[in-house]
Amino acid sequence: MELQITWFILWSVLWAVYFMLDGFVLGTGMLAGVLGKSDMEKRILVNSVGPVWNGNEVWLITAGGATFAAFPTTYALMFSYLYTALLLLLFALIIRGVAFEFRGKVDNPSWKLSSDVAIILSGFVPALLFGVAFGNIFEGLPMDGSGYHGSFLALLNPYGLVTGVLFVLLFAVHGALYASVKTSGELSSRARRMAGNLWIPLLIVAVIFLGYTKFATRLYDNYFKWPVLLLIPVIAVAALIAVKYFTVKDAMFKAFASSCVTIVFVTFTGVAGLFPSLIPSSIDPAYNLTIFNSSSSQYTLAIMTAVAVIFVPIVIAYKVWVYRVFRARVDEKEVLSNSEAY
Amino acid sequence: MDVLTLSRWQFAITGMFHFIFVPLTLGLSILIAYFETRYVMTNDETWLKMAKFWGKLFLINFILGIVTGITMEFQFGMNWAEYSKYVGDIFGAPLAIEATVAFFLESVFIGVWVFGWDKISKKMHAISIWIVAVATNLSALWILLANGWMQHPVGYHLVTNTAGQVRAEMIDFAAMLVNPYGLIKFAHTVTSGYVVAAFFVMGISAWHLVRRNEMTFFKRSFRVASIFGLVACLLVAVTGDFHGVEIAKTQPTKLAAMEAVWETQRGVSLSLIQFPDVDNERNSIAWLNIPNLASFLAVRDANGEIKGLKDFPKELRPPVLPTFWSFRIMVAMGMFMTLISILGVYLSGEKDFEKYKLFLTVVLFSLPLPYIAGQLGWIVAEVGRQPWIVYGVLKTSDAVSKSISTVQVVGSLLGFTLLYGGLAVIDIYLLAKYSRKGP
Repeated sequence: MELQITWFILWSVLWAVYFMLDGFVLGTGMLAGVLGKSDMEKRILVNSVGPVWNGNEVWLITAGGATFAAFPTTYALMFSYLYTALLLLLFALIIRGVAFEFRGKVDNPSWKLSSDVAIILSGFVPALLFGVAFGNIFEGLPMDGSGYHGSFLALLNPYGLVTGVLFVLLFAVHGALYASVKTSGELSSRARRMAGNLWIPLLIVAVIFLGYTKFATRLYDNYFKWPVLLLIPVIAVAALIAVKYFTVKDAMFKAFASSCVTIVFVTFTGVAGLFPSLIPSSIDPAYNLTIFNSSSSQYTLAIMTAVAVIFVPIVIAYKVWVYRVFRARVDEKEVLSNSEAY
Repeated sequence: MDVLTLSRWQFAITGMFHFIFVPLTLGLSILIAYFETRYVMTNDETWLKMAKFWGKLFLINFILGIVTGITMEFQFGMNWAEYSKYVGDIFGAPLAIEATVAFFLESVFIGVWVFGWDKISKKMHAISIWIVAVATNLSALWILLANGWMQHPVGYHLVTNTAGQVRAEMIDFAAMLVNPYGLIKFAHTVTSGYVVAAFFVMGISAWHLVRRNEMTFFKRSFRVASIFGLVACLLVAVTGDFHGVEIAKTQPTKLAAMEAVWETQRGVSLSLIQFPDVDNERNSIAWLNIPNLASFLAVRDANGEIKGLKDFPKELRPPVLPTFWSFRIMVAMGMFMTLISILGVYLSGEKDFEKYKLFLTVVLFSLPLPYIAGQLGWIVAEVGRQPWIVYGVLKTSDAVSKSISTVQVVGSLLGFTLLYGGLAVIDIYLLAKYSRKGP
């Protein structure tokens, strides 16, 4: 297999895993205000993601770094073309980390309130921006030989916004499911009800997205060419239905696992349609940035492949260990007993 | 101002802000790991209290290093797209490897350390902070190998594609790994971070010792930090010396600007007091000369030749004054800090060491010095490399993104300044609050 194709798959996996892992942190964050009725409940929610959010965010850094190393031209153009959107994303992620870390450091209601507002916004804004950015990439960016002809406001087109709302709802449901698995008592059941309620708008937006994609993008071309790919969206839809099924049956861990599968396969659904492009041009396919015309040399790709083959399994191994160490539900007692807790 | 100038300022401001937090992380993680190891070995609660107290301050600092680091990765693409296209085949690799090999470890195990006090064994808990310390330093290695490549590009060749575009491609990965410039830069940078951590612990301990708070706790903290600081100061000096030799070999323009050498000559002396006069391309003051010293330090030969700035066209010289003064002040500060740590080690050996109030006050006010010296070091490294972004290969002016507008960069620069300003206020407030509070 050509190394570019290997890296296309790795690139998709990095994004999918990032969305799966940070998706529940962003979702828990944006729902912290409605799920957490008291200060203690909000603390429990923040602490439920406490041990893992930072490690989850590194998947984004790795996805960015992998784009840089494997597809430098795509990295350069994607980041400079989407300048303002990425800037807002960056600010939101900076504020999120600081708000998590510093929320409990000062005992003052207005400090707590501003931290909570920061946590809610920095959950919502990145989810929306990732969706808008990927929606626009699915559509193709207005670029040709002379450069980029788009703007930040042009990113907020109907299809971009539908994808943005899809991501927000996906992550919100994901976060609510995580919260119900990781907390107990009334907070956990509230999170479960929230996941069930948000599932309906999520389904509606998912259907709109799948239909709209036919008209706004060329993603389905690959599915006509290789019908076996249809398995990907079929798994995504099946997993989405399983989310509801398990939520109703109160099998919350299974519901959360199904939500993980949904997010991974929604990402794959879009990316499989892009292949072999990473960013298509909406002006003329001749200007598509593909895995072949924007990649690194075979030598660099070979080195990066070796690094990925050796180290990604190690990363996964110790991350699995960490999730096992922190598998217990977080409650008031635990938050109060750890002086370092958020 | 144009996109190029604004992007330069933005990279400088965000990079320097990031580097307020990184050096403390590099050194303090090691000290905390040491404290906790002593606790595991001896069961002495003071060591545990030390790990927890300094750990709290560490975390306040650590988070800002993490979040401001993402900015650095994004900016190469956002503002320096032409650079990223040109050298991404080489430069992207260490960044991606850093994330995969080091940053994951650091970020995952800091979570284990903060939340794992009651969930894992004492030993495993101490191992977690050791992993954080090693990973942080490993992370610096990859970043500085990347920067080392910009300073002294190795293991690449230039390739022209079918569309006529040129880019640098990697042909020898191992050459980048053993690039002497990158390795010596790594050694110099991380040891300077250890000095920051030592002065941080000594300074805050001094504040408490003057007030006679928690004497055992802060005497012990001071003692360990002063020894760590002295070793680090000496290592910074040694690595700095070798770094200079590497600069002389690879970046003659930077060396000439650091020493303000205008004419190419052999056996160059070093003036203790010197004022460069850029307009007239000479030094207006050069007093207290030590013969042959500059030549000896740079090329290890008292009669060695140093190329003067006049040998290079003006457009290929770096800005002389910032390079020269940053270097001088950094070195002077380094000497002063070495002196302070010698005295620190010497005096903290005494039992009633808190009686040296004047010295302790000096130590407290020296706390910012290694921070400033580190920033000056980066000015020498980055301003001294200009006009090149990759020395001898690509100019900074050819590296900036073509698709971004002045309005966008003004907006982002303003945004960063406001956001980072706010974060700085919060950070200093919290550090002060928890430092004063004591263990």
